This record gives sequence, C-alpha cells and structure tokens, in this order.
Amino acid sequence: MRWVCLLFPRLALEGALRRRPDPEAPFALIDGPPPRQCIRAANRAARDQGVRPGQALGFAEALCDGLETAPFDAESVERWRRRLAAWAYGFSAQVSLHYPHALVFEIASSLALLGPWPRLEARLRAELGELGFSHRLVIAPNPAAARVLVNVHDGLAVDESELESVLASLRLDRAGLASVDADRDIVQTLTRSGFQRLGELFALPRSALARRFGGRLMRHLGELRGEWPLALDYHRPTPRFSRTFAFDQPVHAIAGLAFPLKRLLQELSLFLIGQDAGVERFRVTFELEDGPPQTVEVGLLSVHRDADTLLELTRAHLERVCLAGPVMALTLFAPRLSDYAPTRRELLEGPARQAQAWAALHQRLVARLGESALRPLVEHREYRPEKAVLSGLGPRARDASAGPPRPGWLVPAPQRCDGDVVQLLAGPERIESGWWDGDDIRRDYYLAQWVDGRHAWIWCEPGRQGWYLHGWFG
Amino acid sequence: MSSLETLLDSRQVWRAQTGAAGDRGEAIASGHAELDAFLPGGGWPPAAVSELLSSGAGNGELALLWPVLSRMTRQGRPIVLISPPGAPYPAAWRQAGVALGQCHWLEVQGREALWAAEQCLRAGCCGAVMAWLPQADSRLMRRLQVAAASGNTLAFVHRPLVKVAEASPAPLRLRLHRHAELEVLKCRGGLVSSRRIAFGGGT
Repeated sequence: MRWVCLLFPRLALEGALRRRPDPEAPFALIDGPPPRQCIRAANRAARDQGVRPGQALGFAEALCDGLETAPFDAESVERWRRRLAAWAYGFSAQVSLHYPHALVFEIASSLALLGPWPRLEARLRAELGELGFSHRLVIAPNPAAARVLVNVHDGLAVDESELESVLASLRLDRAGLASVDADRDIVQTLTRSGFQRLGELFALPRSALARRFGGRLMRHLGELRGEWPLALDYHRPTPRFSRTFAFDQPVHAIAGLAFPLKRLLQELSLFLIGQDAGVERFRVTFELEDGPPQTVEVGLLSVHRDADTLLELTRAHLERVCLAGPVMALTLFAPRLSDYAPTRRELLEGPARQAQAWAALHQRLVARLGESALRPLVEHREYRPEKAVLSGLGPRARDASAGPPRPGWLVPAPQRCDGDVVQLLAGPERIESGWWDGDDIRRDYYLAQWVDGRHAWIWCEPGRQGWYLHGWFG
Repeated sequence: MSSLETLLDSRQVWRAQTGAAGDRGEAIASGHAELDAFLPGGGWPPAAVSELLSSGAGNGELALLWPVLSRMTRQGRPIVLISPPGAPYPAAWRQAGVALGQCHWLEVQGREALWAAEQCLRAGCCGAVMAWLPQADSRLMRRLQVAAASGNTLAFVHRPLVKVAEASPAPLRLRLHRHAELEVLKCRGGLVSSRRIAFGGGT
C-alpha cells in the first residue's frame, strides 16, 4: 500500500482567491467579531506590503492600500476539501478526508496505470498548480505516516524499508502526538523527560511506554509504523454537480458573467474527470436581484466534459438569453452525469474524423441558432407541398419514384401572381388531398414561364380565378 | 526582364495561366462540359468561394450546382444551405440525384447567416456550403474566402445583381442569365470573356 498525503496550508485563502477576478490584487481573509476583526490569512501582494496574520483589520488597511477582504468561512474550507477529494477520486478509489487540512489517498493500485511515481507526482502538482492551491505532498506506506511526514517534508517518497528510520528522525512536536490525548500534553511531558525524537520512543520497551502513557500513544505509534491498521472513512462521490457563484455587486450584462461561468465550468469539468463521467444536459440559473430566478437549460447533442468545449457551447446558448434584471448569483446544476467515452482524435482517419467534425459543427450551429434552425432534407409521402416541405407531415417516402417534376425551391406561402405569367409550359397536374384533416386543397399546378424568363410553379383552383406562385425551378 | 521578375516576386503582377496549371486536377468538376472546359483546372476552384450573381431564385442556380452537390452527397459528404431563397423541395432534389440524408438547410437571417457560413466553411467537414448572403459586403466576402481556404471547403455564395459592380475577393465570379447561360465576370488563373456559357438543363 502506498499512501499520498496532500497538505493544503492555505486552503481557505486560495479557495477564496479562486472566486476573485484578479488573484494578484491584495486580498486577505478576516476573522473575529466585527469591532475586533483581525487578519487570518493574506495573499502574496498583501504580505509584500506588510500585512500579517493576527494584525487588526484597521492596521492592515493602513499598511496596504486597496486591501480587499472577505470573512473567513470554515464551511467553504470544508467544501473545497470535498471538491479536492472529488478531484483526487480521479486517481484513487480510496480517498479520505480523515485529517483536517489534508487529503490522503491510496495510490499503489493506480501506479501501474498512471505511474511511475515521479510522473504521477508531477501530474498531481501540475493539476493543483492550475487550480491555484499550494500544497505539500508525501508518499508513504501508510496514511498516518504520510500525514505526519508531510508536516516537515515535501516531495518525500518513503517505502517500507526506510519508513522506520525516516520516522525516527522526526521531532516529537511534529509527530502528530498532540491529537493523541486531549487531556494531557504528551509532547511536553516527553520533552521534559528528555526525549527529542520519535526514534527514542521506538527504542523504549513497549510495556513501559504503555504503562506510562496509555494505549492511545501506543496505538498512534503503531499506526505510524503500519502495525495497526487505520480505519478511514472514504470519500464517496455524489452523482450530481451543483455549484453557486455569488457576486458582491449585481451584474447587469451577460458579458460580466463570462469569468464566473468559466470558473464554474472548469470546476464542473474537473468534477467530471474525477468521476470519469460527462454531462449531456445542465442548467444555469441566474438569481436575480428582484424577481424569480431565471433558468437556462443547456442541452448538448453528445456527452462532453472538456472545460473549453463546455464554455464555448454554454456561451453560444447564453448569447440568445436576455437577462431579466441584475444578477446576484450564478448556479450551475448538472442533475445527472452520463458515461463518457473519450474519442481519440489522432486515431481517427477519413470518414470517422469527418463524421466527428460534422458532429461538432452540428453541435455548434444548434447551440447558437437553436434546434429548429438546422433542418434536414426529408422527403415525405404527402402530396400537399406545404405539408410535405414545411411541416414535415406524413411518413417518410421509402421508394424513390420518379414522379412529376417538382421545383427546387418552394415559396414559403403561395403568392398571388396574375400579371406575371407569360406562358404555361406544362400542366395541369391536379393535387387534391387532405380532406381528412380539414386542411384540404384542390389545385391545378402548372409549369409556367415568368415575365423575366424564369420557370415558375404556379397553381389555380379549378373553376376559380387567380394564379398563385408556389415555387421556382432553379 | 529583371524588373518583371521583381514585379512577379512582389505579387503585383501574376501570370494568368501558370497558377492555374498548378491547380489542375484539384479543381472539382462542375459536371457541365462547356463550363469545365472554360474554367482553369477543369472545374470549380476547391477551397474557395465562387460567387454567383443573379436576379433571384429560379435563374438556373440549381441546375448549375446540382451535379456537384449530388456527387458530394453520394460520396457521403454533408452539404449545407444557408438561408436559401425558399424551402428546398425534397422531391426535386432527390430527382436531381442528391442524397437527401446529407443535405441540411439553415433558416437564419442577417449576421447569424454570416456566422453560420463561416463556421461551416472553417469546420472543413462539409462537401459544399451554399449561402445566400445579400447582406455580405466585400470585407465579409474576404472573411468567407479565408474561411473556405482554411477549411478547404467548396463554397458558393449567391448575391443579387446590384453587387456586380462591387469589388469581390472571390476567385470566381459568375453572373447567371436566363435560359441556363452564364457569364464569367472574374476568374483567377483564367480568362474573362463576355461570351456566354451554356450549362444545359434549365428546368
């Protein structure tokens, strides 16, 4: 078993920064009741100007011009941890949030697929870097050891044979002993007794140590050395995605929603990759300042999970949307995930590649223009021209019979055209149909020459006056 | 001689026939013998916009294009009609030999039609794209020409006769006359002649 422990020392700050359009601007998280708020964490730009955790808010604002702040929110830290667990789920089926501020997951079973370890490590770091989370990372034979080693190491990879010696050199105050016994300060007792490092405890007779400090210390030491199994609660993925982006100021234009939308779709994409799934349909909801929320259903023709593709298609959908008022929050909700089968572009050749390109084009056109704009050309077994062409009524024609000539273009609605016809060239052809649905027609169609020499398809009702233009022979 | 070379190098002057010789064989046969014989390379310029000017629907544009469209669709390549002058009548298209399963038409107006035309041309998966764009000006035609070249797609843009006098970046410009005749207004790599070319069919 090999366990990776990821420690996020600045999770609260970086989670909040992800929601800001300019993460480089001075920003700090504040904590405490209103009159005595103090700085809890500050980003680099703020720290460069002297802002430090623990300072009073007023003092920090005096130091740093234009310091933006947000209240510290323990709930959102937990949310971020769960999201990171969902991300890690893409690498391992055993992901645990057992330790605060950290994430542990078992990786041995995935190394054959994703490894070797140095490559996987680089990938983990690259993906976390892209997400904007600073982290420390250790891989060790058991989760407890990985968790304590990440306190002092970064990038360390320990196997079974080295574990004992690496742990032995760990200082007692960094060995996670504080959590062993809440009532007694074990670390202080031990250091006062002259112990400095974990190795010195390992060297003591176990019975003596157990008598003096109790079973819980022994258990902790056993977990570190992998002698005691550690029962962890594993992260279980949720089968749907829902996330909200709230604005400080109401947003009036669709253009102002581009950034939050991009962020939410990136998170959706990440979530989908972690679940090895895709989406076919999701919902964007705008919480309006006044009035009921406005919802846009985004339906895709195939299953997607790539952030850029999702963004492009969602944008196309939103371009047709008119906001009913200023927006206070944006929610992305995917109620159902679909199985995702990635297509390997480079492997496809000829017709398959072309079919894929056509599917993508079709998707783009429909997303922007609406499903009804792109029409197929389908021949129906229906004699009334309007019904056959415009409403697509009747069963599909199966036999390709020759039939009398038809014009290439049908005019949307027949137009009265009494003086424009010079000569009748062919006809009549009687079309009489539709008595059963009340929309019956009885017409004599002719091929006629127009005044300017073009060939037109015209009709008149038998026994009545008046010619109507119905089509052009291109 | 050297000054002529300089002019050729700086692309201020181009040779009428040599460029066409290189393209020979790549052109897509129009299916009309007299027209193919006239056009450089023996057919429609591939990966380019061919501009067709006429007074409106019914001037033989379908008789002119149906042979190439039917060939494209029978090869399994999709064709797209963008804001056509009327609804295409499936029976007539089928009678002309077009495989209907590969035909799509888009009913859009204005800027959306231009956007759709550019998307279809750039995607590079369409056998041919036909667009009716009375609103397109010379700048937009250039955009479409670039899109057709980058997507390597055969494009036909139909415009009204008022645009005859307007400069156009399309390498081939044809004016349709009645009785299934056309006049070549511009032809890159070929000769322009006022002789009318009959392309048969009509109705």
